[in-house]
Amino acid sequence: MSHHIIEAQDLYFVYPDGTKAINGISFKIIHGESVGIVGSNGAGKSTLIMQMNGFFLPTSGSLKIGATPVNEKTKVDIRRHVGLVFQNPDDQLFMPTVFDDIAFGPLNLGFSKEEVEKCVDESLKMVGCLELKDRPSHHLSLGQKRAVSIACILSMGPDILVMDEPSSFLDHRSRRDLINLLKKFTHTKIIVSHDLDLILEVCERCIILKDGKIQADGKAKDILSEENILKQNNLELPLTLQKNNILK
Amino acid sequence: MSFNQFEFFDLGYLDYLSYKDTFIHRIDPRAKLIVSLIFIITVISFPKYEISSLFIYFFFPIFLIAMADLPAKVIIKRIFIVSPFALMIGIFNPIIDRKVIITIYGLGITSGWISYFSIIIKFILTVSTGFILIATTSFPGICLALEKLKVPKVFVLQLMFIYRYIFVLGEEVVRTMRARELRSFGKKGYELSIAGNILGTLLLRTIDRSERIYQSMCSRGFTGNINLSKKINFTLTDLLYTLILSAMFIVLRFFSGSYAVGRMLLGKGS
Repeated sequence: MSHHIIEAQDLYFVYPDGTKAINGISFKIIHGESVGIVGSNGAGKSTLIMQMNGFFLPTSGSLKIGATPVNEKTKVDIRRHVGLVFQNPDDQLFMPTVFDDIAFGPLNLGFSKEEVEKCVDESLKMVGCLELKDRPSHHLSLGQKRAVSIACILSMGPDILVMDEPSSFLDHRSRRDLINLLKKFTHTKIIVSHDLDLILEVCERCIILKDGKIQADGKAKDILSEENILKQNNLELPLTLQKNNILK
Repeated sequence: MSFNQFEFFDLGYLDYLSYKDTFIHRIDPRAKLIVSLIFIITVISFPKYEISSLFIYFFFPIFLIAMADLPAKVIIKRIFIVSPFALMIGIFNPIIDRKVIITIYGLGITSGWISYFSIIIKFILTVSTGFILIATTSFPGICLALEKLKVPKVFVLQLMFIYRYIFVLGEEVVRTMRARELRSFGKKGYELSIAGNILGTLLLRTIDRSERIYQSMCSRGFTGNINLSKKINFTLTDLLYTLILSAMFIVLRFFSGSYAVGRMLLGKGS
């Protein structure tokens, strides 16, 4: 059964305090697609991400990962197919050393010790940080922490990668490394970010959210170059597209 | 007194030291943990008026500092920092226990002073051993040793999380204090209400963070059990290290080493 597809149908989510965060969203993301989700603060981006992992369950409507609807029973199973990279790597890396952190997921999935060793090495190699294996997590730089957080998720072999602000805290060089890394992955990717340039480079498709509703959904290149649509949603043209206007 | 952030970051210094590579650092964490525990227990088990027999035990911390290439100054400074505890614990001994037991050149020394002095020596010995253990063994190593020695996992995990997040929390405290200082324009600003607010904010942030950490654990298949998978080998060297040192501590507990060394130095033989 393929878990690479995400399908939302008329999805609603209301927080316990009555805040309506998601107001009727429908979309379908297919195998291997990379989708950027953008929107101003409070548009419902993070809430949407939390739904994909079953931390928040839909108030009404449905969200399916592959053919499985996300609900109380399936959420544990779904979490191994949807790898969520948190915004703050300090929240994600909770074990004392990099090795322990990356091994955490695979060990919980019941891998044998040899498999775990192999898995850790492979995922660290993929993000180019093999030399960090035995370092304590809190001694790493933020760029390294980010790479290791991604490796932790890769080690579980997820079908879908979901990332919350992957470029936050990063300097230009680390951001560039991250973009190159993301371009290499063949997983279905969902990236939530304010970094529109990153989305423009990494994602083919882009969804704009505002007040918990989809305002635009289409090719990233088309949507992110439409100044009007962006302005209506409190966004601006990506910097790479702005440069020409300023120099005019 | 303003909050000294550099002092705080010093906390991590022992941790940095523990990633050195010397003979002592390479010894199995279990061996070091057991030896340190036996050392501490034997030192504490001495009767309360004992002083002379304790001196010989200083060889152990000195031996470790030398072998592990640790900066002695750092260890001594830290002993000073925690010393008020020990100084306070015994402070009433000289006042309550006033029986004169030795007279040196007409100056009577009461048993209270002797027991107070004994407490301080025991304190220096045990605390320095603790610091040296931390400075020669990485914290994850200690946790692993505890786990292999069948300490309940709940405690080991608690320790592990404390180690992982104490630095994060500390940095958060530093940032918050800095933000307060920047806007208090030289005023002390440590009024109780503000301190309360800061503590409250920190508590809320910590709770939020713990929730996110839990989510992160869940999204990686956490079901209530954490597996520590590292293998460590207990080699012959580790065994010898444990046996020789432990035996030495225990023998010295019953036969005063200081006395023997003293007689030897005075050329009296035994």
